[in-house]
Order: sequence, then C-alpha cells, then structure tokens
Amino acid sequence: MFALMNLVGDIGGWSIDEDRSACESMAPGDYITSSYYEHWLHGAETLLQKHGLATRDEIASGRAATPSRAATPTPASSVWPAVTARGSYQRQARAPALFEVGDAVRTRNIHPTGHTRLPRYLRGHAGEIIAVHGAHVFPDSNANGRGEDPHWLYTVRFNAGEVWGGGSSHLIHADLWEPYLESL
Amino acid sequence: MPHDGHHHDHDHDDEGSELSPLALRVKALESLLVEKGYVDPAALDVMIDTYETKIGPRNGARVVARAWTDPDFAQWLKRDATEAIASLGYVGRQGEHMVALFNTPALHNMVVCTLCSCYPWPVLGLPPVWYKAMPYRSRAVIEPREVLKEFGVTLPEDKEVRVWDSTAEVRYLVIPERPEGTGSLSEDQLAALVTRDSMIGTGLAKVPA
Repeated sequence: MFALMNLVGDIGGWSIDEDRSACESMAPGDYITSSYYEHWLHGAETLLQKHGLATRDEIASGRAATPSRAATPTPASSVWPAVTARGSYQRQARAPALFEVGDAVRTRNIHPTGHTRLPRYLRGHAGEIIAVHGAHVFPDSNANGRGEDPHWLYTVRFNAGEVWGGGSSHLIHADLWEPYLESL
Repeated sequence: MPHDGHHHDHDHDDEGSELSPLALRVKALESLLVEKGYVDPAALDVMIDTYETKIGPRNGARVVARAWTDPDFAQWLKRDATEAIASLGYVGRQGEHMVALFNTPALHNMVVCTLCSCYPWPVLGLPPVWYKAMPYRSRAVIEPREVLKEFGVTLPEDKEVRVWDSTAEVRYLVIPERPEGTGSLSEDQLAALVTRDSMIGTGLAKVPA
C-alpha cells in the first residue's frame, strides 16, 4: 500500500499536504474508529477520483472501465533515485521573521475547517520559540490548492502543565508556522 | 500476486489465511492501478524491497555509533543534522530537514507525530504499527513517562522528558546515551547496540552482554 501510493503519486502529482488532507477527509466518526491504514486507503481512493485517475466504480470493482490518462509509470530503475533524491520544503522568505529564539508566543485559538498542522491540543497555549527553521511550504494553503504560500517555521516549546494542567512536568515541542502564533 | 502486504503497513488483525475486507480493497486498488497503466509492478517490487532491506534503522544506528565515537561528528550533528547524516549517505524522502536530539543523564527525548505518522525514513525506514496508532499518538504527549514504562523504560523522577511532536517537515532522530562499559567497542559493535526504539526515544541502547 505504501509502495503503491508512492508510485501512483508520481503520476497524480499531488503534494504531501494534499495527501495528508485527503487521509483526514473521512466522516469524523469513521475516522476515529478506523485504523491508520484505513485513513491511508481512504486518502488514496479520494485522491484518485479527485485527480481524475479512476472512477468510484472502478475503485469498487478493481477493474478498469474508462480510458486511462496518458502517463508513463515510474520504472523500477527510477525508484532508488526517487526515494533518495534530496529535497527541501524551505522557500525564499517574503518578509522578515516576526519571532526569534527566546520569544514568548501564544498559539492562536483558531479552528479552520480545512487541513491544518496546528494540533488541537496546542491551540491557545503559551510557549517559547526555541528554533527558527526558515520559511517553509505552508500546508494550510498547499493542501487546499492555494499554492505553497511559504511562512516562517518555528519549533515552539510548551510546558505540559500549562497544556494539560495537573502536575505534568514534561516539555512538549511542535513545529509551527508563523500564522499559528501571536506575541505574548 | 507478489505484494501480499504481509510485511508492511497493515494492522495485525488483517493477518490470517482469509483476506480481510480491507486487504481486498487494497488488492482491488493495486489491480486497477496496474491495469490502468499508472503503476509498474516491477517498480512496486523494488519499492517494497527498498524499505524492507535497504532503508531501515541500521542506517540510524550507524549515525548514532559515529556520534558516540567521533566528537567532531557529534558536534556537526548538533549544528546541522541534515548535512551530517547526508555525509554518511542517508538522504531522501522524509529526511529533508533533520534534527538530532541528544539524550543525556539529565534529559530524555521522545518523538511522536500526533497528526499522522511523520517519521525519518532515511535513517529509520518505515514506522512500526504502534507509532501510527491512536494510543501512542495521543498518550505520548499527555503522559510520556507512563508510555515509556509500558515500553520497559522507567526514568528517574528528576530526569527531564522532552517530547517532540513532528508537526511539520522537520524530522527528529534521538541519539541515545552511550551505555557504560562500551569504551573498547568498535563502531560496528556499538551500532549493534542501537535499537530502533532507542532512536525514537521509546527505548534505550542495549547494554553489551
């Protein structure tokens, strides 16, 4: 399944953000009661239909019933070069970074209906910037067909006691884009 | 069909002599994509073989053993893990932006992806089933010490626990503490002590027998 989706992704041309978003697009009740593997399969079936590579009936039957899109499948000899190609999600910054290491920030208490990488458990919490990674492709835009829209990416440290209450003493870190953060 | 899925990425309850509905759905999808000319079955075989035999946690173990034996390399790893790891030849998908987290007597690092299953493929291969499952993904950030106990790791109360949630394209590799009594071991012998879990932070390096 992993290999299958990596290879068909070469033809489909979708981004990793669109892929993750598709995996999350199940009905909430189904999502929470199904395995990770099912999320993945759901994502694959969704993307194939959305990108016009296969119809719902074809996916259900496992048999082709419509003409294929003209495409050259990744040959066996290209697999190793593809999986070991050096890529980067860093892009040219369009503005100076708002924050620097040591800054106190708060995650915004936002609830977008589309794909986002701001975890729900970290919304509205105070943290500290501990690393600046440059401007990176912004999943909230890229997953939804609005382009890469790069934004500054930071590692933010949170005290578990502030996030969960009680006597938790560990530290939690997450990599968060600037639009998720505000000054504290 | 050569790709029966028994070695990768499916739940334990799919195993057995009968194919589950989920396995049938995957087989249908594979047949369809091959029939439509989108996927070359030979490429599928190579892709599966790549992550079963070529790209896996032995790569990460080499990185750790080098960090234990070469202080300059350890410094490079702290400063720019992506380039330091690339110097050993471990590059590619899901290893584009690497950060190395060094465990010390005073602190223990542990990695999770609460949102999906982000994992540093070039150094660790593909993630184990539990890493992708809801219990680990949710509990690792809530009660990491309890989760670690279930993995057989009980930390002293005064040891700081740092959990890293892989929410972007930065990937984390834990450098476990070097076990005591390993001063005379070669780099190869040291690498054999480095387990997959010790590089996720759910285990410790093995103590030599």
